[in-house]
Amino acid sequence: MIGQIIFAILSILTFGYAAFQFNKIRQNILLGQEEKIEGDTSLRLKNMFLVAFGQQKMFKRFVPAIFHLFIYVAFLMTQIELIEILIDGFTGSHRFFASMLGGLYNFIINFIEVLSALAFVATFVFLARRNLLKLPRFHKAEMNGWPKLDGNLILYGEFLLLIGIFSMNGADMALQAKGETSYSLNLIISSNLGPAIFGGLDIHTLHIIEKFGWWLHILVVFGFINYLPKSKHLHIFFAFPNTYYSKLDSRGKMENMDSIMNEVKSMMDPEAAFDDSAEMEELPVFGSNDVTTLSWRNLLESYTCTECGRCTSVCPANMTGKKLSPRKVMMDIRDRAEEVGDKIRSGNPEYIRDDAKSENAVLSAENFDDGKSLFDYISKEEIHACTTCNACVEACPILINPMESILKLRRYELLTESAGPTEWLPMFNSIENNGAVWSMSESRDQWVNELNKEND
Amino acid sequence: MAEKINVKTMAEYAAEGTKPEILFWVGCAGSFDARAQKVTVAFTKILNQVGMNFAILGQEESCTGDPARRAGNEFVFQMTALQNIEVMNMYGVDKIVTTCPHCFNTLKNEYPDLGGNYEVIHHTQLLQELIDEGRIKMTEGGTFKGKKITYHDSCYLGRVNGVYEAPRKVLEELDTDLVELKRCRTNGLCCGAGGAQMFKEDEAGKKSINIERVEEALDTGSEIIAVNCPFCLTMMTDGVKAKEKQDSVMVYDLAELIINNQ
Ligand code: SF4
Ligand code: SF4
Repeated sequence: MIGQIIFAILSILTFGYAAFQFNKIRQNILLGQEEKIEGDTSLRLKNMFLVAFGQQKMFKRFVPAIFHLFIYVAFLMTQIELIEILIDGFTGSHRFFASMLGGLYNFIINFIEVLSALAFVATFVFLARRNLLKLPRFHKAEMNGWPKLDGNLILYGEFLLLIGIFSMNGADMALQAKGETSYSLNLIISSNLGPAIFGGLDIHTLHIIEKFGWWLHILVVFGFINYLPKSKHLHIFFAFPNTYYSKLDSRGKMENMDSIMNEVKSMMDPEAAFDDSAEMEELPVFGSNDVTTLSWRNLLESYTCTECGRCTSVCPANMTGKKLSPRKVMMDIRDRAEEVGDKIRSGNPEYIRDDAKSENAVLSAENFDDGKSLFDYISKEEIHACTTCNACVEACPILINPMESILKLRRYELLTESAGPTEWLPMFNSIENNGAVWSMSESRDQWVNELNKEND
Repeated sequence: MAEKINVKTMAEYAAEGTKPEILFWVGCAGSFDARAQKVTVAFTKILNQVGMNFAILGQEESCTGDPARRAGNEFVFQMTALQNIEVMNMYGVDKIVTTCPHCFNTLKNEYPDLGGNYEVIHHTQLLQELIDEGRIKMTEGGTFKGKKITYHDSCYLGRVNGVYEAPRKVLEELDTDLVELKRCRTNGLCCGAGGAQMFKEDEAGKKSINIERVEEALDTGSEIIAVNCPFCLTMMTDGVKAKEKQDSVMVYDLAELIINNQ
């Protein structure tokens, strides 16, 4: 009975706090601009099914993909087991589904056992890869501190979970061998290992080990649920919406800026120039300088990022020693979203934009200004180095497009700040004035003479 | 020697009340860059040989705006794009071929949003079609037979628009010994020119991107680096020079290879 009460309290705390944390993330993502999601729903579902559920893009690198798959499927399967754990925890029953499902139950538990064993191996491989192999993509500057710990913590957690599962199953099997259980299971691993390891122990101790395993298992799971929102492992859930909402357009297409189009058209059309209704309006912000001017989809991407660094490892700018790292861009966007979200929720009137300050002004996303922007996280030097090669887009296993956010920042710098590398100015000027990227004195079809000179 | 090749403009066709089969979009590099002009010339010769009815816009062509847009200057992009679209729509252009993957991408993927809808192909795609139709005649045992050659996928033809096979088929047709780069097709490494990088110095770093790429190409032991983009052409040529290999390794566009093979 006491066990049930403790379990109930823990569950309520766990799920209550998780709901609170996930809601914060939802609020943070919605700080972004609205964006219409158009196009073929069935194609979106297909992307989600193949890329998120089927891990299609992971298989560009086969070996890590296989190990990742072990952990992933083991994770999915333990969710089924979790249902039973919750029921057992609340009702005080033991293996609630065992008698109900019979042979199917035996099959499912076996399945989980095998996958857990594979996940166990994978955990070791990943820990070694992260910490011993010195793969460059795990040791870039942006990985210092929490991101590095985050990558390792989950693997330690996985390890604890497995100890929990196997001591629970093992002790149960030892008890079964002594005729102490109402069900009869035949588990590939625990039916052998359990009696071999625990066989010599008395029934009372076995029950304690079984309970210990059960509690360890559920505590790790509870911990995990509340650790997720702070971690890169959020991708377990967010990979699904992220792949669903990812752009269907050609990669080569940058989004057309309608606000600019109106201006350009009115410049080209002398009659529209007299329409002064537009002049009265406040000049809109072009491009993005903060999470509030990126789209919510870009923010979802930042929360989905697994920090795997596949993007950065193929980035031509990064591999030749420039500061740009597409992964860092995604991590910075997420950090800034957290900062802005927390500050807005604090309600501190200090963060109200100066011209909106008044006695009863309430802090909101609209009047928020903390004197900072994304450019305090991402330097101009970084965004200037992007060659728009799309390698990062191709590499990302969950369809994140770091280049899109980088280019939105460039648009802000060029259009709203009228800044940017000065070396670009001659190119812009000559496109405007001469219709070519270089200002040339000869005419555009000058090469025709070349052609016929050769022929003479 | 050969007869004078007459390159007609859209305006000339329009004056005669006719339209060509296809518009050849030359692009800024193809028009003004001395090295890229050679590609323009080579491609024009091929079009002329196969008797294709084509035109250029000549003075009426402007930059597509790709580098401006990617630099972030949407304003300049739209100005030049809308101007081009106005001209092309006036002539009723429906099919375009271009030797520049950046022009190709912008015309194909970005102009529709601004009111310019055309069928756009890259010259390597057209070359492949012409070869398949038997319209380009290759000399048996031509200049490149058995020569080690490597092919650099440009970002905007390859990864961005998924054209990997057409250029490779052209190389096959030349009887060359194609050695793939370590990073090819979807994994192809940028030459370093895209995203308006062509028009500014690099940010501080360990080396230039084109050097990284040329080193990889030199590792294949090829005598020729084949490219499909005037900007890659510049970047790779510069890289080869920086490595002091310009006497033994040549960088060519696919159109030039075909012309040189005859
Ligand atoms: S698109 Fe930009 S950020 Fe992405 S890999 Fe290429 S250079 Fe790096
Ligand atoms: S953006 Fe994609 S590829 Fe890059 S670190 Fe995040 S998950 Fe990995």
